[in-house]
Amino acid sequence: MAKVRKTKVPMKEQPVEERIRNFNEVPLGYTPEEAMEEASRCLGCKDAPCVKGCPVGINIPNFIKEIKEGNFKKAIEIIKQDNSLPAICGRVCPQEDQCEKECRLNKIGEPVAIGRLERFVADWEAEQGIERPNLPPKKGIKVAVIGSGPAGLTAAGELAKMGYDVTIFEALHDTGGVLRYGIPEFRLPKRIIDREVEYIKMLGVKIEVNAIVGKTITIEQIWNDGFQAMFIGTGAGLPKFMNISGENLNGIYSANEFLTRVNLMKAYLFPEYDTPIKVGKRVAVIGGGNVAMDSVRTAKRLGAEQAMIIYRRTEKEMPARIEEIERAKEEGIIFHFLTNPVRYIGDEKGNVVAVECIRMELGEPDASGRRSPVPIPNSEFTMEVDTVVVAIGTGPNPVLLQAFPELKLNKWGYIEADPETGATSVPGVYAGGDIVTGAATVISAMGAGKRSAKAIDEYLQKKLKGGI
Amino acid sequence: MYTILKSKALAPNIYEFTIRAPLVAKNAKAGQFVIVRIHEKGERIPLTIADFDKNEGTITIVFQVVGKTTHELSTLKEGDSLKDFVGPLGNPSEIERLGSVLVVGGGVGIAPIFPIARALKESGNHVIGIIGARSSDLLFWEDKVKEVCDELIVCTDDGSKGVKGFVTQAMEMVFKEKSDIKRCWAIGPLIMMKFATQVAKKYNVPITVSLNPIMVDGTGMCGACRCTVGGKTLFACSHGPEFDGTLVDFDELIKRGERFKEEEKIAWERYKSMKGGA
Ligand SMILES: Cc1cc2nc3c(=O)[nH]c(=O)nc-3n(C[C@H](O)[C@H](O)[C@H](O)COP(=O)(O)OP(=O)(O)OC[C@H]3O[C@@H](n4cnc5c(N)ncnc54)[C@H](O)[C@@H]3O)c2cc1C
Ligand code: FES
Repeated sequence: MAKVRKTKVPMKEQPVEERIRNFNEVPLGYTPEEAMEEASRCLGCKDAPCVKGCPVGINIPNFIKEIKEGNFKKAIEIIKQDNSLPAICGRVCPQEDQCEKECRLNKIGEPVAIGRLERFVADWEAEQGIERPNLPPKKGIKVAVIGSGPAGLTAAGELAKMGYDVTIFEALHDTGGVLRYGIPEFRLPKRIIDREVEYIKMLGVKIEVNAIVGKTITIEQIWNDGFQAMFIGTGAGLPKFMNISGENLNGIYSANEFLTRVNLMKAYLFPEYDTPIKVGKRVAVIGGGNVAMDSVRTAKRLGAEQAMIIYRRTEKEMPARIEEIERAKEEGIIFHFLTNPVRYIGDEKGNVVAVECIRMELGEPDASGRRSPVPIPNSEFTMEVDTVVVAIGTGPNPVLLQAFPELKLNKWGYIEADPETGATSVPGVYAGGDIVTGAATVISAMGAGKRSAKAIDEYLQKKLKGGI
Repeated sequence: MYTILKSKALAPNIYEFTIRAPLVAKNAKAGQFVIVRIHEKGERIPLTIADFDKNEGTITIVFQVVGKTTHELSTLKEGDSLKDFVGPLGNPSEIERLGSVLVVGGGVGIAPIFPIARALKESGNHVIGIIGARSSDLLFWEDKVKEVCDELIVCTDDGSKGVKGFVTQAMEMVFKEKSDIKRCWAIGPLIMMKFATQVAKKYNVPITVSLNPIMVDGTGMCGACRCTVGGKTLFACSHGPEFDGTLVDFDELIKRGERFKEEEKIAWERYKSMKGGA
């Protein structure tokens, strides 16, 4: 025990002064030596508390043991039994709330850097060139997957590995869902999504982009085309606004618009790319989650002199990953806690020039257990801003739901689905990811896709035997 | 890939393309729109569906050159193809048998008013049409629109063809003459739709306008297209594109249309200098 390092082997990062001027990835990953050193910190606990913290139950001590011994190929094989998107999860999972939170080393210092090790072996594998797994014979049974976010990609990959003939229908012109249009390049490079999508295609999955289910193709047409089952992973893509005065002024974006312009449309490369983005000198981002952190750090990189967060609770309640909050602070992001916008003020051209805010204090805990913020009377004040990004959350996108009225929804408007199987109120239709849970995490969406794939397989085996 | 089967210059700076997009054509209805992206580096722009042919699997779009992307689009030839072409987006027009109805198309708005007029006619309405442009050389599709209207008034601002004056003046004329018009549709520049709404309101005729603001996804995901309708913020792409004109805050929309004016200029200048240099 005495020989164990108390802290994680540090991972090299782009220096702050450099990275706030580019969109390249911030953490640079471990070398094999660093990974092996970090892996040697693992105590290999028999009862493996970390595995219980993992939403998809990766056999963590085993894969770490293989890294320690330099068997990287073995290590990635172990991970891939439970996680089909390790390069992505290693980068964006909130490990501090999951596996690493349960690590015994927390008692003496920092936990094992499980996320960094996952990322390391996934990237190592990609460098060797990914091998196509042996596929079982084709069953000749068609399954439709709606949405190509982590939920849809995982469900499609798993079903293809079982021999189903899978087609993904994606509304946008490119794949990945939030991974591509939401999470910025500096946190999740697009080449990694491309790689994972390539792998899914290698498994034989067909991907139809520009195919909005409910518009371009209806549910009825999908059934008529001979699909025997369906998985819905359409995400929680509807941006919320606060509905306060002045919110439609020029210069005010939803986080979805702001990030989609920059990430999916590559507006950070304007005018080489045609989609514009306008970022002023003083940018306020409203919210305290990952989306808010991504937006504010993007604004900084696009040249904002003052990029600030306005959040109505305190730092402790911020839902964003701690690592991202730390990086934001290093990058000079300004935080206004216990502050909430009440209205926006514009000039005669309709451009936002200021935001009026009110100070807040924390009251009693609300239903979610977080202490709810209450405004302090007469504490209004004004701040000059020329760009605002509203990142206060999202809801279910209605396009598919309107086109599929038979689907039962829960009281928040998300699809009601069995948490174990994803089965919905319509036989043969399964759903998972943010469209069921509301905005959550990549790993939970992936886990749901995987569980549904298994359930769809069972359903189809029964159906085709004439049981249904 | 979505191939351009036919391309035609309708008027100076106004083009008509017929594009192969069988899936879009299959479900297209009057009043809906598509989003187009020319190439990998292109932006996504919304264009209202001007015609569709389910048997041929084609969609017709009509556009005016207003900046870099529309100019680049206009340089494409028959046989070229577009990177992305997605739709049909938005809600179809509410078409029912009402009796006498009025459809008004101003400028490029003549194109999207056509399928609405046709659908109204097919549903047994008496369709009165008004189409207008600044001058005769900018008028197009007169015959095509005439075919689906029971009566058609053509007007030009300068009087070079038809009645001299704005489409709103022609609307006044129609409303004065006929008291039995049940509903009216107006599509054209924002300013025209704003004044058309005032006229319809004056004569107590319900009016529907079609909005075409800056969009990104066109499916309700980004809120770029938001507008104030009846005091509420709605998304033109998913709640519209057609709205009750009397509820629309046109002034806000006009300002929102200028959001990227400077950037549009930068893109346009850069494009022109590159074309010039090439
Ligand atoms: C900016 C941002 C940062 C985030 N950071 C993190 C992080 O660090 N860690 C983490 O774990 N999670 C993070 N999340 C959350 C995570 O990305 C989501 O929980 C996850 O992507 C949900 O996956 P999904 O497959 O359910 O849906 P999505 O990723 O939303 O994908 C849904 C897909 O379905 C498509 N679609 C929708 N409707 C239709 C239709 N009618 N027809 C066809 N296709 C349709 C959409 O275009 C989209 O591609 C972040 C989210 C955002 C927005
Ligand atoms: S264009 Fe994105 S919501 Fe309408």
